[in-house]
Amino acid sequence: MAVLEAEGLRKRFGGVEAVRGVSFAVEAGEMLALIGPNGAGKSTCFNMLNGQLRPDAGRVRLRGQDITGLAPRKVWRLGVGRTFQVTATFGSMTVLENVQMALLSHQGRLGRLWRPVSAMDRAPAEALLARLGIAAQAERPCGILAYGDLKRVELAIALANDPALLLMDEPTAGMAPQERVALMALTARIARERRIAVLFTEHDMDVVFAHADRILVLDRGAPIAEGAPAAVRADARVREVYLGSGATQGGH
Amino acid sequence: METLVLQALSGLASASSLFLVASGLTVIFGVSRIVNFAHGSFYMLGAYLAWSLVTALPRGHLGFWGGILAAALGVGLIGIAIETLLLRRIYRAPELFQLLATFGVVLIVQDLALLLWGAQDLLGPRAPGLRGGTMILGLRFPDYELFLIAVGPVVLLLLHLLFHRTRWGMLVRAATQDREMVGALGVNQRMLFTSVFFLGACLAGLGGALQLPRESVNLGMDLAIIVEAFVVVVVGGLGSLMGAALAALLIGELHALGILVLPKITLVLVFLVMAVVLVMRPHGLLGRAQAPAAAGAAAEPAIGATPRPLVWLGLAALLAALALPPFAGDYALSVLTEIAILILFAASLHLIMGPGGMASFGHAAYFGLGAYSAALAAKWLLAPMAIGLALAPVAAGLGGLLFGWFCVRLSGVYAAMLTLAFAQIAWSVAFQWSEVTGGDNGILGVWPDAWAAPRLVYYYLTLGLCLAATLLLRRVIRAPFGYALRAQRDSALRAETIGIDAFAIRWRAFALAAVMAGLAGGLFAYAKGSVFPTYLGIPRSVDALLMVLLGGVQTLSGPILGAIAYTGLQEQLMRLTDLWRLMLGTTILLLVLFFPQGLAGAARARWEGRHGGA
Repeated sequence: MAVLEAEGLRKRFGGVEAVRGVSFAVEAGEMLALIGPNGAGKSTCFNMLNGQLRPDAGRVRLRGQDITGLAPRKVWRLGVGRTFQVTATFGSMTVLENVQMALLSHQGRLGRLWRPVSAMDRAPAEALLARLGIAAQAERPCGILAYGDLKRVELAIALANDPALLLMDEPTAGMAPQERVALMALTARIARERRIAVLFTEHDMDVVFAHADRILVLDRGAPIAEGAPAAVRADARVREVYLGSGATQGGH
Repeated sequence: METLVLQALSGLASASSLFLVASGLTVIFGVSRIVNFAHGSFYMLGAYLAWSLVTALPRGHLGFWGGILAAALGVGLIGIAIETLLLRRIYRAPELFQLLATFGVVLIVQDLALLLWGAQDLLGPRAPGLRGGTMILGLRFPDYELFLIAVGPVVLLLLHLLFHRTRWGMLVRAATQDREMVGALGVNQRMLFTSVFFLGACLAGLGGALQLPRESVNLGMDLAIIVEAFVVVVVGGLGSLMGAALAALLIGELHALGILVLPKITLVLVFLVMAVVLVMRPHGLLGRAQAPAAAGAAAEPAIGATPRPLVWLGLAALLAALALPPFAGDYALSVLTEIAILILFAASLHLIMGPGGMASFGHAAYFGLGAYSAALAAKWLLAPMAIGLALAPVAAGLGGLLFGWFCVRLSGVYAAMLTLAFAQIAWSVAFQWSEVTGGDNGILGVWPDAWAAPRLVYYYLTLGLCLAATLLLRRVIRAPFGYALRAQRDSALRAETIGIDAFAIRWRAFALAAVMAGLAGGLFAYAKGSVFPTYLGIPRSVDALLMVLLGGVQTLSGPILGAIAYTGLQEQLMRLTDLWRLMLGTTILLLVLFFPQGLAGAARARWEGRHGGA
């Protein structure tokens, strides 16, 4: 059974139909890239998967369970980790504490009133940071961290949930090119190791074609191609969308 | 029927006056995002200035109406002075700091007015040409009230034309919608802000000046009107002129007709309506969600381990608090007892303000609930002190659960106003339900049991309980619950995504803060031997706010330091000078301008500057 199945997702904002019938599935340990020009509906799709937006039509299933429209915090409880295009971390906490929070939440221990956080789950949080190469930043507040490091913190937070599914919206946006490839290579390694299904959007085609197992291309809310990287690269419609034929909307 | 119509008419006249003040407040907020507590002071100054001018100028139309208009313009100039000297420097400061600064202005204006005009109520002349009355349905209705009824719509129309037909008005509307964008377009924001402040102050001054023939001019006008004006602005929707007009109408009529129908609960009624409106429409009747102030919203500082010197300092202070009182006199002991209680009160508010990121203008409600439940138990059940002290936090906690369920859904100024509304409801009940609560006379004879009656014993009891409770709060802030509270403040999006139920966390924190404030209130009742409605009043809520802000919101020691500094300052100033409000207000302004992080925050910044830190 696929870890994530989306079926006929639709979403309309006023007069604009942002997503028009998108279906796909992601298997355990597989990396599926969702690409398309600006305004193709990638982020809208993403936000419908973990409950930030309720789809007008269609279903989302996680390991067979219907999670359509479930609140994001409940989706997290079912084993989904998520990173954001614009990073969202707890600015008044250190990198380590951010990860500790995710670990504590994963274990349902966030209501505890007595034992200080500084004494809880330190070692696993440190191990996770070491794995992502930001152990040196552990004691720095997230509020003053460089953007590239924040992206890694987000990944660490998502992984702390021991997820079956990882949703990564533009995981490398704002990073230097070399960092991008390194981060996605690391993500791919971890995903295969832990059999995590990964769905990510990405603007950097080098990253996409190097690390995605499969690619789904959206244009103006509708899927226009799906398949292995080589097949997608050769697809005429994809080329048209990306390079522009003059009639379609511009790429980027 | 006739009385109903006349009552409705006089409601319209009140609505007009209310609208003048509220429209200025809402326009100022719309552009500058400042919640101007001093707006009531502008209103009061308008009345005083008008009194001076009208009585000094020759009698007649020119003297009277000229005096009224000159008073309004004079208040406008005072507004300009305050904007350029004070507010301009703190536009980027957190909302609550601006509020604190404008509250400092309130205190200063109160004492200056006292110096200039004296403490007695002043009566102005009646308006020439409008001294008589008109027969309406066989009853006489004053002409001046009819005139006031007309003033509201006329001013609304003029403002509407000003905002929709002039370039300046267009800029004001644009800035109300998106201040950053207007700045980016190269508009001179300084001029815009100053002129808007001038206009708002003028309107408030006019509102006050026009009261001259209606009621006596006194020193209580400022706080009386500001609460009503806040209610109107919030119910109408912050920044919305039409909303303010609508809400002024609603509140004015509610007051006028409420007296006929339910004379017992008129005070509750207004705040109940506000609570209902805010629960149904979280941004007021015609308000829109504010775009978050993107610029300057730096991350809150991290909470680290307590620095060594602070631990030693705390221990030294504790030692002094334990060892010295046996040698202190009765007066010093009662001051020390009060300080211990206020530390807990401030620490409880700090939990929801600092880590929680929620503002409360009505924290006195829970202090008062605690005090009243202890006193009521003593009076009606003849309960011993232990029962009273156990009941206080429980009752306050239940109140916190009930009120909090509504309040924690809102954010920012709206949440603050809803907490204020609930506090005022609690206050009104204590004030008006005199059969049970003794009304204004309060409840007397709430004394500790015999064993705790000596002041020294009661001091140690209070110190022990308050210290334990305050340390417990510190512990909670460092525990996962406190972190989760900070998490939802830092990033609601991320908190939700990692499974944190922000509503549940905020609600529980609100209730916990209420429990602690209730304990403080209970201890206070036995310390004073009596309770009064003032325990639940706005000034006490403001006291708590001042203590927390004075100490520093984002430090754990802030509330402790703030409570000591504030109580000490007030105590000393009251003893040294009659003008303690002036001194306190000035101190607040200096603090806001030079120590925007509060005392503890400034101390920490110095410490980290010298020793290096995160």
